[in-house]
Amino acid sequence: MISLTPAEIEALLLSLRISGVAVACALPFAVAVATALALGRFPGRFILDAIVHLPLILPPVVMGYLLLIGFGTRAPLGAWLYETFDLRFVFSWTGAALASAIVSFPFQVRAIRLSLENVDHGLYQAAETLGAGAIDRFFSLTLPLALPGIIAGAITAFAASLGEFGAIITFVSNVPGETRTLPLAIYTAIQTPGGELAAARLAALSIGLAFTGLLLSELALHRIRKRAAS
Amino acid sequence: MSIGVNVEYHLKNFQLSAEFNIPEPGITALFGPSGSGKTTLVNMIAGLVRPDRGHIQINDHVLFEHSRGINLPVRERRVGCVFQDNRLFPHKSVRENLFYGARRNPHKLPQDEQQSILDMLDIADLMDRRPNLLSGGEKQRVALGRALLSNPDVLLLDEPLSALDHARKQEILPYLEWLRDHRKIPILYVTHAIDEVARLTDHMVVIDQGKTLATGSVFDMLGRTDLAPLAGRFDAGTVLPARIVSRDPKAEVSFLECGEQRLVVPYLGRPNTDRVRLHVRARDVMIARTPPRDISANNIIPVTITKITDTPGDTIDVTMCFGQDADATLLAETSGRPKIHARITKWSGSRLKLQPHQKVFAVIKSVTVNGQLRDR
Repeated sequence: MISLTPAEIEALLLSLRISGVAVACALPFAVAVATALALGRFPGRFILDAIVHLPLILPPVVMGYLLLIGFGTRAPLGAWLYETFDLRFVFSWTGAALASAIVSFPFQVRAIRLSLENVDHGLYQAAETLGAGAIDRFFSLTLPLALPGIIAGAITAFAASLGEFGAIITFVSNVPGETRTLPLAIYTAIQTPGGELAAARLAALSIGLAFTGLLLSELALHRIRKRAAS
Repeated sequence: MSIGVNVEYHLKNFQLSAEFNIPEPGITALFGPSGSGKTTLVNMIAGLVRPDRGHIQINDHVLFEHSRGINLPVRERRVGCVFQDNRLFPHKSVRENLFYGARRNPHKLPQDEQQSILDMLDIADLMDRRPNLLSGGEKQRVALGRALLSNPDVLLLDEPLSALDHARKQEILPYLEWLRDHRKIPILYVTHAIDEVARLTDHMVVIDQGKTLATGSVFDMLGRTDLAPLAGRFDAGTVLPARIVSRDPKAEVSFLECGEQRLVVPYLGRPNTDRVRLHVRARDVMIARTPPRDISANNIIPVTITKITDTPGDTIDVTMCFGQDADATLLAETSGRPKIHARITKWSGSRLKLQPHQKVFAVIKSVTVNGQLRDR
């Protein structure tokens, strides 16, 4: 077992917390957007689709820059959030969580949307003839049937946001104990003379985390399939 | 209890213009070949497809009226649907599926009626299973129960048996017969299988290429040879109501009475009812000028020819009424005396010099007996 320094443990826990909060907060929005994209027929659907997927192709630095413009304490939105809710993003772990949430958002939406589109439309018709309204159908059919996709999406997004680097360092900088997540800690170690060993340890840890995440995601899907079959 | 439908609908290459009225309860067959618009019609009644024009009404309950801008949402129409592909909710148990509609309906069925439906469907052992562990027949039984328990005003069955093999069909049919005989709910039964029509239904709406061709009682409609070429697999024949009068298990026969005529059929077990329904296909009836003797056919009925119709191809359709008394043909028209149809070759017809009012003998080669024949 490799022993980690307190600072490294701090980076690990911070990474987990930031990714966890990012995924949890983004999940309801991801379900809503995926539902709109999968089942909705409205003008501007393609534009919404494009905006959601933008973080996948934009350079993360650009994402961080846009966040800085939008949520900095001097930007109108950022200032308003700060004054009304005492919510400050810049140089704060909440900012890192916001950046992670936005960057990993497409992963969630894609997985959820896919599972929504796989639900047989005839089931909704059957439910309708049995007296279920739209909201009722959403909670009694759509959500439970899309559950595998929701879980898979959440885990993939969690794993993806663990690795986020560019958007975080641009938006909220590299503050130890506040915004220095695992990738930022690795970067810092590489920049520090004699930090090669620390970088290697942290890199190994990252690989382990990513692997565990994938295993968990597979396990969750397997469980759900088995439950559906019993 | 009545259903009134008069709709028009236009979709790319498909034009539907249907009109029919079903004045009585019981099962009405919506019969026609694939692609004739049967499912579209049913979906319109359910509210899943919106007609371009017309109206749809169940009793006094207007579901759709184009001119008044009425189009009730699906869930306010009180229709129960059973689809070809069962459409059970895969993530819910059989019990949850069954009560999905009942839980959402303010006008619930009384507890004892719910129980009698569940008892009838024999699904007590399946309650905690998921649909994917059910057989095809069990799935359709659950789907039927789910629709019934939602206490609908009308039941729409869209080819509920067509995805099942022969054995499974035979398993479901008695449940549908029970439904017909014990629940006062009008049922619209979509099918392209004539044997299901003959066995189950009271009325018949024949539809082809989006048009209603004919509507009437199944006893009248099945004899109409003019519908044969139009409605695809329509196989002309006769449906006759009959009564079981006695049984002889040793000889393995049962004796029936149809009008004043006695008939012998293979032993029927111990039926629940003495009322049965006979289906005789026109091609299973031969005609003899003198009563044949030393013949294997058990049922030879003295009849009088009422009508001879040309059919496409080299056959003719001979309509005959039971009895050989002088006013037999008159009685057939006025008092509903049973009629039977035979399809024979033109050559046979001219060889026997058949003509209306002639007294002949109908030799029945085979007869299908339908009724509640379950041993319970």
